[in-house]
Amino acid sequence: MLFLPELTLLGAGLTLFIFSLGKPGSGKIRNLALSLAAVTFLATMLCINAEGTLFYNSYKVDFFSQFFKVLIALATFIVLIFSGKLDGIEEDIQPEYYLFLFMSVLGLMMLVSSVELLAIFISLELSSFAVYLMVPMRKAGKMGGAQVEAGIKYLLYGVVATGLMLYGMSYIYGLTGSTHLGEIADKLSRMYNQPAAVIAVVLVLAGFFYKLALVPLHFWVPDVYEGASNETTSFIATVPKLAAVALLIRIVTLVTPDGNVMTQVLMVCAIASMFYGNLSALVQTDVKRLLGFSGISHAGFVLLGLLTFDLTGYATAMYYIVGYVFMNLACFLVVCAVAQNGNNVSIDDLTGLHKRAPLLALTLTVGLFALAGIPPLVGFTGKFMLLVAALKQGYLLLVTLAAINTAIAIYYYLSVVRITFCTDDADRGSVITGRFHYILCFSLILIIIIMGTVPQKFIDITTTAVQTLV
Amino acid sequence: MDQLLLNTGFPILSVLIFLPLAGALLLLFTKNDAICKNIALLVTSLVAIISIWLIFGFDKSSAQFQFGEHYSWINTLNINYTIGVDGISILLILMTTFIMPFCVLASWSYIKTRIQAFMICMLIMETAMIGVFAALDFVLFYVLWEAMLIPMYMLIAIWGGPRKIYASIKFFLYTLSGSILLLVGIIWLYTANNYSFYIPDMMWQDYSLTAQIYLFLAFFLAFAIKVPMFPFHTWLPAAHVEAPTAGSVVLASILLKMGTYGFLRFALPITPEATVIMMPYVLWLSIAGIIYGGFTALAQSDMKKLIAYSSVGHMGFVTLGIFVLNIEGVEGAILQMINHGITTGALFLCVGMIYERTHSRELKTAAGLGKYMPIFITFLAFFSLSSFGFPGTNSFVGEFMILAGAFEFDTSLGRFPYLALAAIPGAVLAAAYMLRMLQKIIWGGTDNPDQSWINDLNLREIVTLAPFLFFVFWIGLGPQPFLDLIHTSVVQLLDQFHAHQATTVAAANVLLN
Repeated sequence: MLFLPELTLLGAGLTLFIFSLGKPGSGKIRNLALSLAAVTFLATMLCINAEGTLFYNSYKVDFFSQFFKVLIALATFIVLIFSGKLDGIEEDIQPEYYLFLFMSVLGLMMLVSSVELLAIFISLELSSFAVYLMVPMRKAGKMGGAQVEAGIKYLLYGVVATGLMLYGMSYIYGLTGSTHLGEIADKLSRMYNQPAAVIAVVLVLAGFFYKLALVPLHFWVPDVYEGASNETTSFIATVPKLAAVALLIRIVTLVTPDGNVMTQVLMVCAIASMFYGNLSALVQTDVKRLLGFSGISHAGFVLLGLLTFDLTGYATAMYYIVGYVFMNLACFLVVCAVAQNGNNVSIDDLTGLHKRAPLLALTLTVGLFALAGIPPLVGFTGKFMLLVAALKQGYLLLVTLAAINTAIAIYYYLSVVRITFCTDDADRGSVITGRFHYILCFSLILIIIIMGTVPQKFIDITTTAVQTLV
Repeated sequence: MDQLLLNTGFPILSVLIFLPLAGALLLLFTKNDAICKNIALLVTSLVAIISIWLIFGFDKSSAQFQFGEHYSWINTLNINYTIGVDGISILLILMTTFIMPFCVLASWSYIKTRIQAFMICMLIMETAMIGVFAALDFVLFYVLWEAMLIPMYMLIAIWGGPRKIYASIKFFLYTLSGSILLLVGIIWLYTANNYSFYIPDMMWQDYSLTAQIYLFLAFFLAFAIKVPMFPFHTWLPAAHVEAPTAGSVVLASILLKMGTYGFLRFALPITPEATVIMMPYVLWLSIAGIIYGGFTALAQSDMKKLIAYSSVGHMGFVTLGIFVLNIEGVEGAILQMINHGITTGALFLCVGMIYERTHSRELKTAAGLGKYMPIFITFLAFFSLSSFGFPGTNSFVGEFMILAGAFEFDTSLGRFPYLALAAIPGAVLAAAYMLRMLQKIIWGGTDNPDQSWINDLNLREIVTLAPFLFFVFWIGLGPQPFLDLIHTSVVQLLDQFHAHQATTVAAANVLLN
């Protein structure tokens, strides 16, 4: 029972592996993958209240991890639904694509439960390597070699980040003589302000900064987002972020609240991410690149919650990342639907979308306004609570800079909304949307609005989840 | 919570706030354009009718917040749904509910595309606007204040004129970036006030002077852009000119008032010492706005731009009235907020009616309409007279009170009345640009375009304009009922303001000695 979601994923992976040996049709394999994702989601729901430890205490199943598993499964399911027939991927390697996707999800699920350094490392690598392979699997088509370039970039930077993380882990082991997070926390609490300890923790964080795309480990984002197929980018932009935040919270709790140096390091990263992401996004013309840069700035916002070093802060960061995933899913849904033959979508391609596909235009608008942080959508509520959490600790300057960033960001979100809603172009064909799209669009819009207007329930859940950590 | 009189009976304010939203939801499922228009008209009229009850149920002798409602919203952060009305906000709410049905009527034939979406935007706007004036929780206020940007942006960007993209983005960016520091200020107040967002709790506290100045600047940036005060006004002409008629009316009549309302509701009670320190600058900026708005309006050939710049001048009078900080000034300012809403709203409606006929807002193309549109010209003439404060019309009362307040302000300082004198040319300029416009439209010159094909107003348009004219004369000739509504709250506000000043000065003296 404790391991059911992971076992389900493993089973899913094996099934897909068997199918990949033959030559199944695109539709068939898609239905299989969808149903496997649905089963995984059900499995995570079944185990949401499971509690216990596995594998000599290196694997902890608690509400915190189970909550993230549910979200990971749900987000994967949604990505698979709107990925449709995988227009961006060659048909004969689609089974393998799904196989790697499920392996990556398996890695992420293991990651959120890992409480031991080696377990963390192995799950992180499992999830990363699968994605490294998914990126260059894109159809060559008009791209030339860009997808391969993206894959190599992702791999190289990823390996560097992992290397940093391993180096940090070796420090931690050297300082504390243990690889269990629980024991490490005990021992680190006596030396949290020592340079060695700070360096160790920061280096370990680096691995997850990479996943979350925080400055200074953000280099891969624009090229990978652009080079990978739309479906892959939708996955990369949402699901791994959940796991990254889960692990960041786990690791940050290692540091005792008055870790001043840590706070400053995180603060610098947060501010740099927000400014870098938002200022770069201002000049983008490709929607995926734009969302990539916006993702960097949102990662900076998440850090606001983490650097408060208190439970409400963590709970808010969790709330925010959940909201972020839904807003991003709404945007990527539209990107995938508008893209023709799996090509990239430039902002111009959205011209007159309100006529060609009114529901998609509405979804995109709601998603973008939410990302921009306009009330009453979830992006505002999340940002607001993060600012409150940070100002409660007295970080007035940080909060002011973050607020200013919201104002910068609005411009590029608006320019996309403007194209979708205020232009007419009869020449472009209508966008074909399936039944699933309707249901998905409505549910995403509803989630974004409800999470924003009546957030109390969601905050309660994340608070409970965070409380199981201590 | 003692400032809030809880409403035990019919939750009238919530109904006013949420009825338009419910109407908007209903419209989502209505495909037929004609039905959409009728539903929107019905809902806005219903809201207007219900809001009449506010007048009868309102206790004029109390400065408390009445019709109060209080529900918990987000417990974790102590955010509540708290609403209430006092003398400062009641007239603004009533003006909002009364203007909206006429905005819908004015869009009846003006809006031809995407009618369903247009009406949804209008109804969401109404919810947000009433909510902003009624909110007593700072987060609720801010949420509604910002949420308004989306429908207003849509109104300009979708149904606007040729340069709608530029105008709508400028409007959005200006207002949003102005209010972003307000958000930081709100959170700071929350941490300084025992983690409470309840607005009356934040008033009349002893914040340090530095904190007050920063807070005041945050308030000022947000509200001055919304008013808009010179030199933050540049978004206004663009937005006004490009917006559809109903959008211009909502913008001029209601949205601009939120800035001045913000000064009264937040800047004065929360940062009284900073207000006194910053007062001279704000006053002279107001004067600059009055003069600048007047001269610029004089040079316009586009009617909407002319009225937009006249708004800058008129709103300069309002901020002038607020910051002279005496009863005549503040009461005059509130009354002038209403007057401006009525008069300028009506003028925008008039321009919209011309635009529907000639598809131009240029004075030249509208020249000589007087001969063919006698009913229209009658309305236009009265609204123009009202706009420059002709005795007998509403703006005269407001401007007179504000100028009286300015005189009193100067004499109480024992100096020559610079301030009032400086504002006088504004009134003269207003007459100049308004009469110039009126002259052009009624008579024009020898080279008038052929206007003989133009029809005069139809019944719907007369019905749209007549109530505005009614209020122009009612407030102009018998303003007392309106002043009665606001008097107690204004007196209370200023009493507390000056009492707070006195205690701070006394405390400072004790420290010095």
